[in-house]
Amino acid sequence: MKRNLYTIIGLCALTVMLGACHKDKQTTPSDPNTGETFSVTGDQVGRPGIATVFIAAADKDNFNATIPSMMNAAYGAKIQTQLTALNPGYTTNLLGLSAAQFTGVLATDVLNVSTTGTTTYYDGTNVLTGRKLTDDVIDVSLILIFGGPTNAANPTLTSDHVDANDKAFLTAFPYEAAPW
Amino acid sequence: MKKSKLIIASAAMVLVLGGGILWASDHADAPNTKGKTTDITDLYVFQGANTNDLVFVGNVQGLLSPTATQTAAFDENTLIEFKIDNNGDNVEDLVIQCVYKGGKMYIYGPVKPSQTGTSSTIVGTASVVVPVTAYGASTPVTVTSSTGIMAFAGPRDDPFFFDLDQYHKIIAGTAPGFNNPGHDTFAGTNVMSVVVEVPKSLLNSTGKMGVWLRTAQKN
Repeated sequence: MKRNLYTIIGLCALTVMLGACHKDKQTTPSDPNTGETFSVTGDQVGRPGIATVFIAAADKDNFNATIPSMMNAAYGAKIQTQLTALNPGYTTNLLGLSAAQFTGVLATDVLNVSTTGTTTYYDGTNVLTGRKLTDDVIDVSLILIFGGPTNAANPTLTSDHVDANDKAFLTAFPYEAAPW
Repeated sequence: MKKSKLIIASAAMVLVLGGGILWASDHADAPNTKGKTTDITDLYVFQGANTNDLVFVGNVQGLLSPTATQTAAFDENTLIEFKIDNNGDNVEDLVIQCVYKGGKMYIYGPVKPSQTGTSSTIVGTASVVVPVTAYGASTPVTVTSSTGIMAFAGPRDDPFFFDLDQYHKIIAGTAPGFNNPGHDTFAGTNVMSVVVEVPKSLLNSTGKMGVWLRTAQKN
């Protein structure tokens, strides 16, 4: 009786193995994920804070499901409305952009990256050429939203006075600090 | 047991953070992703210590306390994908796909995707496979492929910093501006992080590119 049971278990194991082998042959034997499809939208981010600041609560999930090439058409007007609601006195910003021009930059939520030189969100010289771990992206965003053409407007709103991370970054890969 | 701990930790976090997050880079940003393994916190792309390389950092599952980090894990059902546009049309020309399986992060590409848009299929075989670094490990586990792609996956300190609480008060109309010095709301919290350093020569770039980070799940 016991021996029969072992035989049955053995046959089952063999069947499972053969089945698995057969399935593997249809894809790639050495790779467990090749050909797998992930089609249920999760989250999507280009630049820091775009969805969170400029997209209304009711639109957030739809914004995550919108491909970047469609974002400007779908959300440009709403983003400009939100920009001028946050700062009713908006004229231009430090980059010299009008509300409409700044909206044009914001609406397509893609991080611009230079592959030939300095990579930074903004360092006083280079604008939107990447995003370093040390970049104070919040202050950059606050300055561009509230600071006006010379960063003299709304002085209490243009820096959160948190200028660096709570742990030092590493100089070598993987760059981020060990967890707390 | 683990799950109940996680729920308690999450509940505590909600209490601490109060009435929702207005601006936390992208932490807990949208209702459909909040508290899930698909929830992206931040994307970083920068030149590596070797200036011939570009580094892609994709962080998910933010606001993890040290206790919550002990049980935090990547999800085999969630793809973490960097999308790269090389010609300025905001449509991806290359992808770097990261899939967790059996304690390891499998990283595919950079490679031309089989289709663009919201459905992603894993292309080819992994360029590099890196064991996930355990919480509490003394050194991060990294692997470099024969093509020079470096990879890391595991918990790290959240590199994002912001006085979110004060911003919250400003938006709510209960404070006129920021404090000096401010207080980093993200101090002492962790994220689950994937870091991929890629030789620029593998990115087909003409000098500028657009990058975005996307998560998706299996149907």
